[in-house]
Amino acid sequence: MAEVMHPTHGEVHHHEPPTGWLRKYVFSLDHKVIGIQYFFLALFSVFVGMALSLLMRLQLANPGQKIAFLATLFPQAAKDGVVTPEMYLSLVTMHGTIMVFFVLTTAPQGGFGNYFLPIQIGAADMAFPLLNMLSFWTTFVALAFMIAALFCNATTLGPIGGWTGYAPLSALGNIAGPGQGIGVVLWVSSIGLFCIASLLGALNFITTMLNLRTKGMSLMRLPLTCWAWFTTAVLSLLSFPVLMAAGVLLLLDQLAGTSFFIPTGEYVSGKLLDTGQQGGSPILWQHLFWFFGHPEVYIAILPGMGLTSHVLSTFARKPVFGYKAMVYAIFAIGLLGFFVWGHHMFMSGMDPRTAIAFSLITLTIGVPSAIKTFNWLGTIWNSRMRFTTPMLFSLGFVSLFVSGGITGLFLGQSTIDIPLHDTYFPVGHFHLIMGVAAIFGIFTGTYFWFPKMFGRLMHEGLGKLHFFLTFIGVNAIFIPFHVMGMVGAPRRYSTHGDLQYLSSVMPLHKFVTYMAIITMAAQFIFLFNLFWSMAKGKKAADNPWEATTLEWDIPSPPPFDNFGGVEPVVHHGPYEFSVPGAPNDFVMQTDPMVVEGQEAE
Amino acid sequence: MGKILALLIVLIVVGSVWSFVSGHWWFPVGISEHAGAIDAQFKRTAVVVAVAFIASQLALAYAVFKYGSKGSERAIYSHGNNKLEAIWTGITAVIFIILAFLGQVVWYNLHIRDAAPGAVQVDVVGQQFQWNFHYPGKDGIMGSTDAKYINDAALNYVGLNPDDETSKDDIQMSILVIPEKRPVAIKIRSKDVIHDLFIPALRIKQDAVPGMNVAMHFTATKTGKYEIACAELCGSLHYNMKTFMLVVSQDEYDQLSAMSEDKFKERINQLMAAEPLQ
Repeated sequence: MAEVMHPTHGEVHHHEPPTGWLRKYVFSLDHKVIGIQYFFLALFSVFVGMALSLLMRLQLANPGQKIAFLATLFPQAAKDGVVTPEMYLSLVTMHGTIMVFFVLTTAPQGGFGNYFLPIQIGAADMAFPLLNMLSFWTTFVALAFMIAALFCNATTLGPIGGWTGYAPLSALGNIAGPGQGIGVVLWVSSIGLFCIASLLGALNFITTMLNLRTKGMSLMRLPLTCWAWFTTAVLSLLSFPVLMAAGVLLLLDQLAGTSFFIPTGEYVSGKLLDTGQQGGSPILWQHLFWFFGHPEVYIAILPGMGLTSHVLSTFARKPVFGYKAMVYAIFAIGLLGFFVWGHHMFMSGMDPRTAIAFSLITLTIGVPSAIKTFNWLGTIWNSRMRFTTPMLFSLGFVSLFVSGGITGLFLGQSTIDIPLHDTYFPVGHFHLIMGVAAIFGIFTGTYFWFPKMFGRLMHEGLGKLHFFLTFIGVNAIFIPFHVMGMVGAPRRYSTHGDLQYLSSVMPLHKFVTYMAIITMAAQFIFLFNLFWSMAKGKKAADNPWEATTLEWDIPSPPPFDNFGGVEPVVHHGPYEFSVPGAPNDFVMQTDPMVVEGQEAE
Repeated sequence: MGKILALLIVLIVVGSVWSFVSGHWWFPVGISEHAGAIDAQFKRTAVVVAVAFIASQLALAYAVFKYGSKGSERAIYSHGNNKLEAIWTGITAVIFIILAFLGQVVWYNLHIRDAAPGAVQVDVVGQQFQWNFHYPGKDGIMGSTDAKYINDAALNYVGLNPDDETSKDDIQMSILVIPEKRPVAIKIRSKDVIHDLFIPALRIKQDAVPGMNVAMHFTATKTGKYEIACAELCGSLHYNMKTFMLVVSQDEYDQLSAMSEDKFKERINQLMAAEPLQ
């Protein structure tokens, strides 16, 4: 196929960039511009999400305290500057939703995937540039809806049903709680739009990777980042439509008087429901939500896993340990991820026999995860590591992946889930693994690819300071969550002060809040470094890290059509470091030299 | 740089392990027959988790300590080791699957096996933001209920059918009272949104779902007063949807069972005032 499409190496199909400002920077079809747009959308969202969590932490450390500026900002939601229970719940809801959709799903895939998948496979752009642009702008509108939900109700700051939006709390409207009417409508509309955007993106990623690989780029020569983006796209393609269907049904329950999720005989706020809505199933929402929700965890983390393998190998100056095992482990995680949604529902009242199946399959996901960890350690073993900032974040990713992943062995067992379900234990678990591990993946990507994207290097000293503060901080915040959960602290409580058996968690809440403030402050170092380096950073060479993959073969930043119309030809796998006898300690994929002992294909 | 990171990872391991084993934070004392089995399964899993966690983190720390770049010296060129990979995968698969099977025993006993005949019956009804417990009263028969009879203003929270003879002596109260050392069979439902009956000392947690009636059973082993919380987000006052469970002696329970609603509540209020919180 590739032979037919690209008959001669070096033939020039140069494309000129568009000249209009709008076409160039706003409604751009260039995957690199779209990638950067996604990146900044996620950057905006992560600071919104972080601000919401700061308010939560302040309330939890000193429940009921008056925070002067809150009274000014939100005179109704935070009367006298006190975070009300409703406001707390809307902080929880909006923090979770914004972080999961607009940060963890958006930055690694829409951002870095968009920018680097075409370049790493040697293509001039995505397969469908127009879909790509539509995908970003749909995401943008989705974010606008989500932010609008924050202002839907003056007494809260949005819906209060949590990012999982369980029905019938989310289906009944304002009668079930403040913010649950128009707030939920905006919230679920935003999610629906996000689903459409993700679907467009997923189709594009899959087609691009299968069809646009350059000459010599066989599947087993793809960088692991590409495999991760590809698998993530497949997961998105299969899971987002299910969430969208659920969202549409919820919207109909809210607006059209249907009752997909509202059962018969609802007695709410002192009276029997008189809307005629009956016969629905609250559990149905959970099945649909988690059928999406569990693959979503892998949508957030898989790109980070691919990037970690890539960056560890680059800075360890050593080939990835067990490349094929890594590829198959990504597939295995992606596949198994579709059969474990029920482990979120052990306490839901579903047939308890199904819990046995879900438990067994959930624990088997530990196996490919263990392969990944083992191979990361194998990659850095006997290596010669260069501790650059992206390398530090990758090593941090491995540590966090272990800490966060391993507690899944508790939560995956329905029996142990009885005391732990809906406590701070799972909150600690998923924050470590799909929250901060995935965010460490995003930081890795930022520090690693910044020179390629912006043509300048980020400041290494500030980068390292950012790494150490953040790495200490996230551990100090989320490890204590686990023991709070063991004591029995339920999540989504605006205070634990009213339950006597939780007295031992109150000092921990204070400690965690201090750590959170330090960690959040450290993120401004990152923000400063990012913008300062864009303007004033040291000029980057084409290949500042002495890396091997195709993006390091072209100028920093790359020209409009990536390879200047020249089709690159690939001769090697992506991780040929420290090859004995080679002139340098890295052999680029395009280097025609023969490598002894290269894995047979 | 590598040495600082190595030290930091070791400190994180020490801190994490300390927070689990220091004794400051642990499950509340378990007072049900199955609590011991859940705790034992937790500990078995904790051993596997601890070994894997400590070994992986220390291996990571060792590698970053040892394998920093040294001038122009090259790394050892290797694409992996399939035999090691297979052994490692096999070992983890076997251990994880054994753990998963071991964990099923308690689950089976609690949720799949039927309650012992003669178990004490209590129906649990959640609503925003209170728990209602429905007792069969003197006749020992649970009266029929329906949503259409619910009337919070008239204190008929669970919707007892006024025309049903067996309902007349039934009692509804916001305190859970059960006997010690006797099986208790509960049925859990909700009037409005999803709640979750969370009794940490019993190691019991079960969603109360509108439109469903979920059965489960357990046996408490120690008398006393314990806290009950709601563990499923149910609206603005979710955090405050709490109440108490009284585990009383079998004699006391038999006397309570023979009482009219007024006497029953009076006695419960006395016990509530007298019992210290466990």
